[in-house]
Amino acid sequence: MKKIVSIFTVSIIVAGMWGCKKDGSFLDVQPNTFLTNEQVFSDPNLVLSVLADLYNRQVDFSSLNGGWSTFADFSESFPSENGSAYIVQRTGWGYGQWGLNWFDSYNYIRDLNLFLQRDSAATGLSDQQKKRYSAEGRFLRANFYFEMVKRYGGVPLITQPLTYDYSGKVNDLQFPRASESQMYDFIINEAEAIKNDLPADVSEKSRASKGAALAMEARAALYAGSIAKYGATTPAVSLPGGEVGIDPSKAVGYYTIALRAAKEIIDGQAGGYKLYTAPAGASMDALSQNFANLFLDKTSAETIFMKDFGKGVTHAFTTNDQPYSFSDEGGDAGRLDPSLNFTEQFEKLDNTFAPFATTDGSGNPVFYKNVQDIFADRDARLAGTVILPGGSFKGQTVDIWAGYRLADGTVITSDQSTTLKPLPGTTVPVQVVGADGPVNGLELRTQTGFYIRKYLDPTIGSGRRGQGSTTAFIRYRYGEVLLNAAEAAFELGDNTSAALYMNQVRARAGLTIPLTPSDITFDRIVHERRVELAFEGLYFYDMKRWRLAHIVWDGKPTTLSDLKTNIGKATQHSTQPWGLWPYKEYAPGTPENGTWVFKETLPALVTGANRFLLGNYYTQIGDDVIAANPKIVKQPNQ
Amino acid sequence: MKELFRYIVIPALLLSFYSCKKDNRSAPSTYLTGAIMYKGDSINVERNQVPYQLYQYGFGKVGQIGNNTTFEQNGSYSQVLYDGVYKLIIPNGQGPFLWKQDVSGNPDSLAISLKGNQTVNLEVTPYYMIRNTQITAAGGIVTANFKIEKIITDSLAKNIERVSLYINRTQFVSGGDNVAAKDMAGADITDPNNISLSVTVPPITPNQNYIFARVGVKIANVEDMIFSPLQKIPL
Repeated sequence: MKKIVSIFTVSIIVAGMWGCKKDGSFLDVQPNTFLTNEQVFSDPNLVLSVLADLYNRQVDFSSLNGGWSTFADFSESFPSENGSAYIVQRTGWGYGQWGLNWFDSYNYIRDLNLFLQRDSAATGLSDQQKKRYSAEGRFLRANFYFEMVKRYGGVPLITQPLTYDYSGKVNDLQFPRASESQMYDFIINEAEAIKNDLPADVSEKSRASKGAALAMEARAALYAGSIAKYGATTPAVSLPGGEVGIDPSKAVGYYTIALRAAKEIIDGQAGGYKLYTAPAGASMDALSQNFANLFLDKTSAETIFMKDFGKGVTHAFTTNDQPYSFSDEGGDAGRLDPSLNFTEQFEKLDNTFAPFATTDGSGNPVFYKNVQDIFADRDARLAGTVILPGGSFKGQTVDIWAGYRLADGTVITSDQSTTLKPLPGTTVPVQVVGADGPVNGLELRTQTGFYIRKYLDPTIGSGRRGQGSTTAFIRYRYGEVLLNAAEAAFELGDNTSAALYMNQVRARAGLTIPLTPSDITFDRIVHERRVELAFEGLYFYDMKRWRLAHIVWDGKPTTLSDLKTNIGKATQHSTQPWGLWPYKEYAPGTPENGTWVFKETLPALVTGANRFLLGNYYTQIGDDVIAANPKIVKQPNQ
Repeated sequence: MKELFRYIVIPALLLSFYSCKKDNRSAPSTYLTGAIMYKGDSINVERNQVPYQLYQYGFGKVGQIGNNTTFEQNGSYSQVLYDGVYKLIIPNGQGPFLWKQDVSGNPDSLAISLKGNQTVNLEVTPYYMIRNTQITAAGGIVTANFKIEKIITDSLAKNIERVSLYINRTQFVSGGDNVAAKDMAGADITDPNNISLSVTVPPITPNQNYIFARVGVKIANVEDMIFSPLQKIPL
């Protein structure tokens, strides 16, 4: 007892002594767990780390770290993962689809506004530094509003940090939606205002540069111009206040801005950007390889602005999408399978469109000596964007074939490549289907006959979950700038310039016969963007701004004749992803033995047909948002 | 095994007793039914495509009640609700018809005070009506004869984009659900009082000796089509 008392007393006394310090100095301790605004905004390195967080919070429609399925929809590919089969089984999209988290978005905008405010108030930075940081913040803010306007049309345009005064009244914090044209004007004006404060430096790719600002401006002006022009075809998709829809009379103005901004990049005013090309005289294979490398080579002079990975930050795109037999993780692979709808869009080298010839005029199968012969003489971007049957990855050939076809047309196949079966007239069981597919319903292998190649990282170990891939996602590149310029020039009636810009992109893909000015049509513009910019998160917005989405995705099942006709037409409807399955011919003693035949196949899991409603053109703004701010008007047709 | 029983099964059983307490509200049981009508004729639309929205004030929540509340093929709707006061609208731009709007262009709401089962028909003004539809089948060809009456003729009038005959093996017949269809562009219609469309019945597996058919009118710049009543045609 005594002992307890003494220990207790002593500790109390000891503890009490702490209180003997002077109150002022006791409370006035420099915290060592956070930095004050003044501290941060006086050290360029600290400002850069704030900025790094802001860069990191940009959003993309398709993104390498956002999951493979952000690339998967719209019948351009088939999702070979049973949990994602809903993508091809639904008959349309909800009005809330493709939305952003409203709260996070405006939180981000607030942080950007705070950054700009603090940067301009900073005293410990040089004017040069302040200017550049401010331009970067404004670029990020404009680019983010661009992401919002693409999805929602006009949204409240907040350019100052707002503060709640705890008065119980929030009226002056509630802002109505800006009109869609005000949004685009804002983006264009911001880009113009900041472009000269940013470095005109080709090697500056993950931070904003003059090229990035101009590329954003060109794309935004092009989108605005096309919404003005083609929005006239869907008068139902507009709001009386202009929150959705742009007056057709503004189209020419926007196209002019788009062309001017794109030209500034093309003329080298933002640095020496150029197409990533193979050496002259390169073979078609080399051209395809070059196109694939464009997305792997982070120093390419074509890349203007990218989301980079590395230094421990990686993504699982290669893990998820590389061919099955290459999997580093016991079968985690093969999810994103480009569709026949998409692959047949690639032209022949004589600039004509044709489906892959699977049958001759009288309906008999065409026999090919080599599996790749059916793809011969096509746009080099085909093999550069997708891995074809017989194509290779990491130096090995993929094993894509659906089975043996007998002379009478029957097929011998099995549920997977390790299930062997004897061929007719033999007793020894052999492999009767490719290790990489396709088998209906067998996930993680191709079910269309194709694998994605764009972004796929051939680095050893890039498919391991722990290691991951560090390929960058390109947000703006010179190839798109050229196509933007081509489209803007075409819409302004200058087909000669349009052909000039477009032919540069096409020549890189081995399409060396130039298009003449009279060849440039709306269909050509639509087609070129679809094949060049596939799986870069742009196709969907293209279909929206041209008001083609409700025509192309009209909810009617895609038949084989739909698939084979109207290729290269902007309005060709494409509601279900088809596949092209190769078969080995087994007919011993005949010349056909060992040749390849192909069959267009609708994967069995595809039961839905995409239907894009007029109400889908602009994503629904949530009821909770409207309740919190009744000044926000609803989207049309919702 | 014994461990499993002791540590998982028994607690799970005990836990399940908690839900035996009576703590739930009784389920809603009042039926609100009706159909979209024009002067006594019901308006046929595509299933799951024409939405209506029900609202109720006073619970601190906003937004419509339920998701994807849409009309049936024959234009009817039904909801099971609690008694109370509701408001119903059809959003702008939806349906092959005009719903009343208030002065600022928002859809006007219809107040429904629900006490016991109730039928509320919704009166709308369609752009067109399909009249006197006669659908017959002979020799594997389904032929439809019908008349189109233009209802809205003032400044809000819209043209016909196309007329279509759809056939399907199930009772769901529309542009999205059909085994065969025949379209005629609006410009090709010479006499709206006498339009004839025919379509060949494709082979159907499993075979059946009847088919369902409807004709629809697609109105320019209006998303939803208006249809004739569904008919079951013996082949």
